[in-house]
Amino acid sequence: MARLMNLVLNVWRQKSPKEPGGFVRYEAKAINDHMSFLEMLDVVNEDLAQKGEAPIAFDHDCREGICGACGMVINGAPHGPAKSTTTCQLHMRSFNDGDEITIEPWRAAAFPVLRDLVVDRTAFDRVIQAGGYISVRAGAAPEANSLPVPKLASDEAFEAAACIGCGACVAACPNASAALFTAAKISHLALLPQGAPERADRVRKMVAQMDAEGFGHCSSHKECEAACPKDISISFIAKMNRELLSAMAAAPNQVKGREKG
Amino acid sequence: MTLDARAPTGPIEARWNEARFKSKLVNPANRRKYKVIVVGSGLAGGAAAATLGELGYNVSCFCYQDSPRRAHSIAAQGGINAAKNYQNDGDSVYRLFYDTVKGGDFRARESNVYRLAELSVNIIDQCVAQGVPFAREYSGLLGNRSFGGAQVARTFYARGQTGQQLLLGAYQSLAKQIEAKTVKMHPRTEMLDLITVDGVARGIVTRNLVTGKIEAHTADVVVLCSGGYGNVFYLSTNAKGCNTTATWRSHRRGAYFANPCFTQIHPTCIPQSGDYQSKLTLMSESLRNDGRVWVPKNAADCTKDPKSIPEADRDYYLERLYPSFGNLVPRDIASRRAKDMCDQGKGVGPEVGGVRRGVYLDFGDAVKRLGRDTVAERYDNLFQMYERITGENPYEVPMRMYPAIHYTMGGLWVDYHLQSTITGLFVGGEANFSDHGANRLGASALMQGLADGYFVLPVTVPNYLAGVKPGGIDDSHPDVRRTVSEVEARIKQLLTIGGKRTPESYHRELGTLMWDNCGMGRTAAGLKVALGKIPELREQFYSDLSIVGSGEELNGMLEKAGRVADFFELAELTCIDALAREESAGGHFREEHQTEEGEAKRNDDSFSYVAAWEFSGATNAPKLNKEPLNFEYVHPSQRSYK
Repeated sequence: MARLMNLVLNVWRQKSPKEPGGFVRYEAKAINDHMSFLEMLDVVNEDLAQKGEAPIAFDHDCREGICGACGMVINGAPHGPAKSTTTCQLHMRSFNDGDEITIEPWRAAAFPVLRDLVVDRTAFDRVIQAGGYISVRAGAAPEANSLPVPKLASDEAFEAAACIGCGACVAACPNASAALFTAAKISHLALLPQGAPERADRVRKMVAQMDAEGFGHCSSHKECEAACPKDISISFIAKMNRELLSAMAAAPNQVKGREKG
Repeated sequence: MTLDARAPTGPIEARWNEARFKSKLVNPANRRKYKVIVVGSGLAGGAAAATLGELGYNVSCFCYQDSPRRAHSIAAQGGINAAKNYQNDGDSVYRLFYDTVKGGDFRARESNVYRLAELSVNIIDQCVAQGVPFAREYSGLLGNRSFGGAQVARTFYARGQTGQQLLLGAYQSLAKQIEAKTVKMHPRTEMLDLITVDGVARGIVTRNLVTGKIEAHTADVVVLCSGGYGNVFYLSTNAKGCNTTATWRSHRRGAYFANPCFTQIHPTCIPQSGDYQSKLTLMSESLRNDGRVWVPKNAADCTKDPKSIPEADRDYYLERLYPSFGNLVPRDIASRRAKDMCDQGKGVGPEVGGVRRGVYLDFGDAVKRLGRDTVAERYDNLFQMYERITGENPYEVPMRMYPAIHYTMGGLWVDYHLQSTITGLFVGGEANFSDHGANRLGASALMQGLADGYFVLPVTVPNYLAGVKPGGIDDSHPDVRRTVSEVEARIKQLLTIGGKRTPESYHRELGTLMWDNCGMGRTAAGLKVALGKIPELREQFYSDLSIVGSGEELNGMLEKAGRVADFFELAELTCIDALAREESAGGHFREEHQTEEGEAKRNDDSFSYVAAWEFSGATNAPKLNKEPLNFEYVHPSQRSYK
C-alpha cells in the first residue's frame, strides 16, 4: 500500500549559463512512495507554477531508463542512491518521510549548466563524431550471416554498447573524466570483426577528442562504474588503453590532439 | 483533390525495382547544392539524414532532444522483423507481406507493404555491418525469436534493447556525416511551422529551446520523421516530449492527415499506480512468448496473493479463447481481452479510480520449464525494470500488465514515394500513415522506420530533387517572413493569456477525455461527448492558460503549451475520424461493430479506404478525401486467431 511522506529539497537553481546559481529550499508534501523521482519533481513544479514561480528545469524524455536524457546528482550521487538505476527509474520508495534531499546538476567543465539541472552534453556527441562508428554506407552491407561473430564477443560488445550516454560517469569522477563513456564505444566496436578495419584510427581520434573537450584523465577511482546506470565495467577503460597503446605502437606519429568542435 | 498514390502497377514483387529504375538521379557533383531538411533523428530521420548525407546532399537535421541519440525509437524493446528465413521455418518476403497486410486488418496499401517486407532483409545486413550487437547463437550466426501475430521466428533482437541498438547504429552513421560536414545537426531545436511557397514545401521555422530564438531554415525539400501522436492521450508509452506539432502544423499548411483513429494499444504495460502518473512503461511483448496471461476465475480472488490461487481457479483466458495462438494473439486482441476481464471485475493490482486494471503475466511455468538462467538470459533486463518501477520481483510474483497507448498507425498521408499532399514535403516512419493499416504487428515499427530512412527516402527524395532547381529563396522571401511572424505571434499569444491553469493540467484532462471516449473501445455516443468537450476545454485553454517566464529562455512550460495546443486540434480530428469510420478495424474498435464473439467487424464494402483529412480552417469541419484500397494479392478475410 502507498506510503506518503513529506520531504525537503535543496535544489540547484541557475537561470542561465552566465548567471551564478545557488541552492533553493522547497518542501515536497504528501509524496507517494510509488512515484518516480521525476514524478515527485513534477508535483513540486506544478506547485511552483501555480504560485507563479519558474519550475525547476531538468532534462528527461523516455522515463524508462533508456534514452539517457535525465540525470541529476541526488545527495551527492549521480542518479541517486539506487544502483543500476537512472534518475527517471528511481522511485520514492528509496526515501523516507522527513528526508532532506540535495539535487544538483552534473558538475563538469565539459558539461556547462544551461539552466537549473540541465547541462550541455554535446561534448559526448563530438567524441562519437570523431570516430565512434563503422563506416558502412547504406546499401554496401554484405549478407548479415556471411560473417559469423562468436557469441561471447558479441555478448561482450553488447555489454559495452548498452551505454546510454547520460554522463553520470563524468559527474561521478573526481577528475570529470569521460573515459568510461569513450571506452564503452571504442570497446563495443573493437570487439566486433566489423569494427576491425578502423580500429586503430578510431581509438586515436576518439581519445584525442575526449581530451580536447576538457574531460579529465582517468586515475582509476572507479566511481564511474559505481554510478553507471547500465553497469558498464571499467575493464573497458583498460581495453581502451590497450587499444590506444597498440595503435600508437603501430603509427606513433599519427597521435595528435584535435580542436574542440 | 484526387489522391494519387503513385504506386506502380504490375507484379508486386517487381514494383519497387521498377520505381527505383524510373527514379531520376542527381549528378554527384550537383548534390551538395540541394539543401535537405530532416525533422527528427529517430530510426527514420536519423537513417534518412545519414544516408542522404552519404549521398552528398546538404542536410540539416533537427531534434528537440539534446542529442540525436535520444529519439524515442530508442525505447523499443522487442525486436525487428525481417524475412531472412534463417530458421528455415517457411518464412519469405511474401509471407511477411501477407502477415503485415492481414495483421493491419486490410487497411494498408499493398504496394507499400510489399516493399517494406522486401527491404526488411537489407536492413538487417545494414545494421549488422554497422556493429549492432544482435543476439547470436553459439555458431556465431544471428538468432531469432517469434513475436506477436507471427507463426515464424523472424524477429531479430538485442536483448530487450533492440531499438536502442538500432538507433545507436543510425546515430553513429549520422555522427560520421556530421563529422564529414554533409549533415548539420540542430539539437534542442523544435520545428514550429512549415514554410510553403506557392504550395511547395521550402523550409521550416524553428525555436531554439535554450535561447528561445525563432529562426527560418529554407531548403529544397523537407522530410518529416517526427514520430507519432500517442501523447494526445497524455498517458502513453511515448517519451514525454513526443508531440504532433511538426505533423499538425504541416497538416494546417495542406498536408492531409490520414486515419488518425488508428491508434495502437500495447497489451503489456505496467499498470497505473496513482493519479500522479506521468507516463506508462511498456514491457516488451516478447514476454508473451514465455509468460502466461491469466486472471482469477473468481472476482473474490482478485485481492489475494496470486501464488495462493490454485491452477484450477486461474483463467488463462487467451489460451482458452485462442487455442492456436494462445498468448501470442495480436496486440489489439490481447488488449481488448484484458480490458474485458477487468471490466468484468477480474482485474488485479491497486484500485485507481475505483477499478483494478491489471492482469497477471506469469513466468512460474517458464522458470520450471526452462530454468531461471534461460529466463534471465531472455528477459532479465525487463524483469529488473519491472521491479524498479513496481517494487515486485517477477521471478517470484507474477507481473501485472494492462494495455496502454503505444503507437499511432495514422499520420500524414503519403504516396508510394512517401511524399505528402504538399509537393516537396516527405514523411517517414511513424509520422506517416503508410504501412501498418489499422494495426501494427510487433517488431514492425523499427523495420518501417529503417526501411524509410535507409532505403526508400534516399531514392524518392533525390528523384524529387532531380526535378527542381536548387535554392532560389532565402530568409527575406515574403512567405518565409510571414511564417516566422505567425510563429512569433502564436508564442506571444500563449505567453500573454495570463490565466491560472498550467499546460500540464490541460494535457492531463484532454488525455483522460480521449482515453475514456476514443481509447480501446469507442462508441458513437462517447465520441460525440468528446467532440462536445474538446472545443470547450480548448476555449478554456486559450482563456485561462498560465505560463511562467518568457519566450527568450529555456522554458518547458512554453514548449508544453505549444504542443498541447496542437494536441487539442488533433484530438478533435481523431474523434471525427473515429466517428466517421463505422466499422471496427485493428486498433479502431467501435463497440457497435463487433461479431457475436466480440471480435472486430470490418465493413469492407463501405470502408476499404484510407481516410485522408484536409484542413479547412480552424473553425470549419475538415474535409474527407478517400484513397480506395485495392487488394490484388491478399484478399480481405475476417481475421481469425482461434
